[in-house]
Amino acid sequence: MDLFSSLGLGFSVALDPFNILYCFVGVLLGTLVGVLPGIGPTATIAMLLPITFSLNAETALIMLAGIYYGAQYGGSTTAILINLPGESSAAVTAIDGYQMARKGRAGPALAAAAIGSFFAGSVATFLLAAFAPPLARAALNFGAPEYFSLIVLGLLVSIALAHGSIIKALAMIVLGLLLGMVGQDIYTGTPRFTFGLRELFGGLNFVAVAVGVFGVAEILRNLENEHEREVGVKAVKNLWLTRDDIKRIIWPVLRGTGIGSVLGVLPGGGHILSAFASYSAEKRLSKHPEEFGKGAIEGVAGPESANNAAAQTSFIPLMTLGIPAHPVMALMIGAFILQGITPGPNVINEQPALFWGIIASMWVGNLLLVILNLPLVGLWVKMLSIPYRVLFPAIVLFACIGTFSINQNIYDIYAIAFFGIVGYLLIRFGCEPAPLLLGFVLGPLLEEHLRRAMIISRGDPTIFVTRPISATLLVLALAAVLVAVLPSIRKKRAEVFVEED
Amino acid sequence: MALNASRNDLAAGAIFVAFGGYFALEALRYDFGTPFRMGPGFMPVLLGGILVALGIAVAAKGVGKPDEAAAPPWPWRGLVLVLGTILFFAATFRGLGFIPVVLIAGLATALSSTRNSMLSALVISVGLCVLCLLIFVVGLGMIVPLVGPWLRF
Repeated sequence: MDLFSSLGLGFSVALDPFNILYCFVGVLLGTLVGVLPGIGPTATIAMLLPITFSLNAETALIMLAGIYYGAQYGGSTTAILINLPGESSAAVTAIDGYQMARKGRAGPALAAAAIGSFFAGSVATFLLAAFAPPLARAALNFGAPEYFSLIVLGLLVSIALAHGSIIKALAMIVLGLLLGMVGQDIYTGTPRFTFGLRELFGGLNFVAVAVGVFGVAEILRNLENEHEREVGVKAVKNLWLTRDDIKRIIWPVLRGTGIGSVLGVLPGGGHILSAFASYSAEKRLSKHPEEFGKGAIEGVAGPESANNAAAQTSFIPLMTLGIPAHPVMALMIGAFILQGITPGPNVINEQPALFWGIIASMWVGNLLLVILNLPLVGLWVKMLSIPYRVLFPAIVLFACIGTFSINQNIYDIYAIAFFGIVGYLLIRFGCEPAPLLLGFVLGPLLEEHLRRAMIISRGDPTIFVTRPISATLLVLALAAVLVAVLPSIRKKRAEVFVEED
Repeated sequence: MALNASRNDLAAGAIFVAFGGYFALEALRYDFGTPFRMGPGFMPVLLGGILVALGIAVAAKGVGKPDEAAAPPWPWRGLVLVLGTILFFAATFRGLGFIPVVLIAGLATALSSTRNSMLSALVISVGLCVLCLLIFVVGLGMIVPLVGPWLRF
């Protein structure tokens, strides 16, 4: 099948009225959690996973994908209007966006963000459609050693891109890998770390770990210091860009799209990094760098385009290799598995309607987002006045009921409490939760492929460096770590991530 | 107390050492195997050891570098009420049934914020109970007793 007939198939799935409805529900929920600080797409998707169980695979994944890229849009609204990024990737948008809002130019800032996002999202989705099939074909030749090296690469690159201490991030990954080993051993059936509880034989529930570490831990964190949000901008008028504005944002949008598309493929927070990279690129290339930080429209359009492009291209490793680039993608893997589909290079051939349907739905979703965000911006401003004290009891209850409804397993709820407190302590002591979740998902895969590779090589570990693809991947992984620990890069990283907290 | 080290790093390191130690020691009881045919204990022992080493490294890095910012206050009320609610939920969900558990759990979590009064917490919990009933029981057809066996006479 060539690209166009495949896309035709995709659109026939995506334009099904039922799927459009769920795509709309997804981007609506995504915008909502993006707008509301204190609850992110990771926790939301984790809570909604059980709900999607009753839908068919296409509809479920179209909706979950919509939540993810919808949150990228929503995050920018809060960043511009109240200087509080709803999403970590919108932190850069807050710098210039909020300054524009203070000068009474909130309308153009929102419009620039939405137009940039729409353009970037559409282009990046096209790249996904164009590059995913050949990559998936290449991936079919991968054996166990290649997969092992690929997972190692994914895990190590995610450290290089995470902010904060590298040793802590590494320790979080290893902890995640270990937690992923709870349950019966795949080869011998020996129960491991189960305390003799039958309920743990199948392993720790992924949703319980995710809502514990991202949902409950975040609530506890917010209860440390309670303060009310202030909405500085009550009404947004005049959404139109002037001719001068349009001229100023064309190049930043194009460059942002390029930067985001490339960085989005990388594992671990590619969308956050791409926003920062685009901002510093625009600042360096601008004829008036002194305007940055005081309300430059380029500083809104560039990073917003970049993080949306990255949000779309981060589906590439998931859809072609079955390897998640970050925690949200790890949850998408969970969604595939709940539907009885093993994500990986075979999805494109075995489930073409699903594969192309998700891709086509991204265009539909991006269009819906523009409609949702520009004319309805007043509604989102109102949303911001929902106090957190009403919101978090809802999060706790949804997490408990939703997790229970997956397997009807009471121990999954105890697991939420356990991971809530462990996650809270680790975050409080300066560790990032994302690598832990990535390790947890990839742990069983890593072990399986390592053991299989060692059986193939009859116990000879050099198999990983004598097979060319595997060796290349490991060299890249090593390079990623070296780059992260080099003093000059470390300084740069510290600068880049300084705005985030 | 003048402690010439980062409390955060020491505490994080201790957590890593504790987890790594548990996994490694527990895994020693499983079949270790050979590199050719790895047993169920191979990876956990290896990774547990690595985690202990990383934990020590995290703690060691913090020595001589006290934290710059003062630690935020512990949210005791939130810790007790939120975690307590989740445990309560797990322990009683089957026995008491959907409605009583969701009402009590909603009330308790709402009260963990100092900004909620008794009245607003009650309103929140009733509202959430109706919402959850609509979404999970009516909408998704979740099969669960609305009032559990413990409350039937």
